[in-house]
Amino acid sequence: MSAADKPILEVRDLAVSFATDEGVVQAVDGVSFDLRAGEILAVVGESGCGKSVTAMTLLGLTRSPNARFDGTATYKGTELLSATDEELQRIRGAEIAMIFQDPMASLNPVMKIGDQIVEQILAHNEITKVQGRDRAIELLDRVGIPRARERADSYPHEFSGGMRQRVMIALALSCDPSVLIADEPTTALDVTVQAQILRRFRELRDETNAALILVTHDLGVVADLADQVAVMYAGRIVEQGTLDDVFYDPQHPYTWGLLGAIARIDRPRRSRLPTIPGLPPSLANRPQGCHMRPRCPHEHDACLKVPPLESREGAAAGHRDRCWLEPDRKRQLREIAPGEIGLRPKAPPVTPSAKPPTKPKRAA
Amino acid sequence: MSSNGAAAPLLEVEHIKLLFPIKQGIFIDRVVGHVHAVDDISFVLREGETLGLVGESGCGKTTLSRTVMRLLEPTGGTLRFRGSEVTHASRKELMPLRREMQMVFQDPYASLNPRKRIGQIVGMALHHGDGKPEHVEPRVRELLARVGLSPEHVNRFPHEFSGGQRQRIGVARALAVEPRLIVLDEPVSALDVSIQAQIINLLEDLQDDLGLTYLFVAHDLSVVRHVSDRIAVMYLGKLMEVSPAEELYTKAIHPYTAALLEAIPIPDPRENRKRRRSVVSGEPPNPINPPKGCVFHPRCPHATDICKTVEPPLTQYANGHIAACHHPLNVTAAELKAATVSPTSPLSAGKATPEAPAAKAGAGAEGAPAGE
Repeated sequence: MSAADKPILEVRDLAVSFATDEGVVQAVDGVSFDLRAGEILAVVGESGCGKSVTAMTLLGLTRSPNARFDGTATYKGTELLSATDEELQRIRGAEIAMIFQDPMASLNPVMKIGDQIVEQILAHNEITKVQGRDRAIELLDRVGIPRARERADSYPHEFSGGMRQRVMIALALSCDPSVLIADEPTTALDVTVQAQILRRFRELRDETNAALILVTHDLGVVADLADQVAVMYAGRIVEQGTLDDVFYDPQHPYTWGLLGAIARIDRPRRSRLPTIPGLPPSLANRPQGCHMRPRCPHEHDACLKVPPLESREGAAAGHRDRCWLEPDRKRQLREIAPGEIGLRPKAPPVTPSAKPPTKPKRAA
Repeated sequence: MSSNGAAAPLLEVEHIKLLFPIKQGIFIDRVVGHVHAVDDISFVLREGETLGLVGESGCGKTTLSRTVMRLLEPTGGTLRFRGSEVTHASRKELMPLRREMQMVFQDPYASLNPRKRIGQIVGMALHHGDGKPEHVEPRVRELLARVGLSPEHVNRFPHEFSGGQRQRIGVARALAVEPRLIVLDEPVSALDVSIQAQIINLLEDLQDDLGLTYLFVAHDLSVVRHVSDRIAVMYLGKLMEVSPAEELYTKAIHPYTAALLEAIPIPDPRENRKRRRSVVSGEPPNPINPPKGCVFHPRCPHATDICKTVEPPLTQYANGHIAACHHPLNVTAAELKAATVSPTSPLSAGKATPEAPAAKAGAGAEGAPAGE
């Protein structure tokens, strides 16, 4: 499992913004985390919270004329944000590999899958085509594709969704990377296939000791796989800690809301699903102070200032959050029912019009 | 048909079949095979009820819901809406029916015309009534408020809304003609969890207030549980199990349902570590050539020889719980004895109900009696 030694990837105050017609979109704002070998870090959040941009920026996939980057991302001593294209080319695939969400769109449809894997192997290793092909077949076999030798000559359209995702994983593993970034790797798959793929991820981590950054919105997948969790909201990490810290002692109201809103099959059914009121803010026009403020029932004057991401008194050292409330107060507020965590409905006194979306409020 | 005589049946589906022909040839199309999208399915939807329809991609759940809406014409079987047969009704005959059954689609981005304003989208159907603009506009505003949108949004375009809001617009459009039945085809699977909960709560409120009947199609057992009264599990064009909603989660009879439940990761790390899940291997087979016998047998951990040859009948257990399996899980010997072949069982299926687990214990059927 996670060796407590030096992290292989250190991200500090990463900020990514894009200049668009609607103004500057601050997609990622001050994200910091460490990744150690063999560790699985889950980055959780709703769509548009900046989790994919964070992951893609590490590989320089968000570089474009209208993008602006700040902060640092250091992989084994190499600075990724300022790396040249040549340096990145050496790192991509060989050191840090990516598994994309949509296996339909991420494989070349007119190239046999075996050849696609061989192409990547040859780009990073000085071996012959025949050796490369043997290695590709071995990889396909390892990710659980039956009759790998024959299947290597198939085209992507001849595979089902789950099989294509396995090909993507084989492709990502082809050069023994130390870091794998998986962006919603199972979202497009059926549950039974998802279970197979998740199990494969676990086995691969144990075999290769590669670190994994898992970008997902599914807390079930997180609970199943992750060691560390970072919860993102509107471009910022609002809470980060070990899996158990985040699930059993969540400190940020947004995390409570996420945990409360999921329908769980192992519990008696609730008459009503708790929700997080309102919508996530637009990244081009984020609320002042704590971004959760307009949706948070526990909002108060202090929330107009951005809370720092730090560990609170009485919390584990690595467990950090961005909320002004005192930990003891939070432990009271987050219980919506005995033993059940969730976000309370927004304060009833201020409801002249019961309109769910956007409640503009000016605090004095 | 497990009618307890509670409410009148709104929709009766009997042995419905939909086979898509596969054609080949240059000048003359020869039919070389069929995709068995929906293969002999029967169920009854009663007024005010929600039936959840669950299955993996490609199991035919969307085809079934479209057939029920008569967007597709069934190849066999009968379809009755409010007692009158509509199996092969013509477009014209279906016109008045369209008012009573509406659909909400999966993709809120693709199902709204990007060049029409919200008021036009929601009000479109209203123009077919008396059609006076002065009547349409207030009704549209009322509908928007009903689904939790601001009535001032009538003049906005779909792109100005988020996914969850668009899905609300889709619901408002469906409600415009005051339908009795709404077919919801994966209405929340494209949305984030916190938004999913909002939409599900909205759908439940609407059902309570307006007495709607829902056919709720989903690929995910955790979502349907909250809305459904009964849940039907489909696999490769056939019904595997139909159960009262809560019972499915505590007492799944069909191994496929059990596999689906086990495959869902529980968002609770400790619980997750505790439960050692048996992962079903493989993927659903090709519906062009469905396996002989029980369609699930190639992936089933409990499969024996009989499963490869005889299609198991849908067997009726207590509580209106039906399942098509030779080696049912979670049923007691007494329940097995009392079981009968359900009238909804496919015509091609065998006629013998499953044997008592005592005789089958060695074959791997875990007849572990749960409850009672």
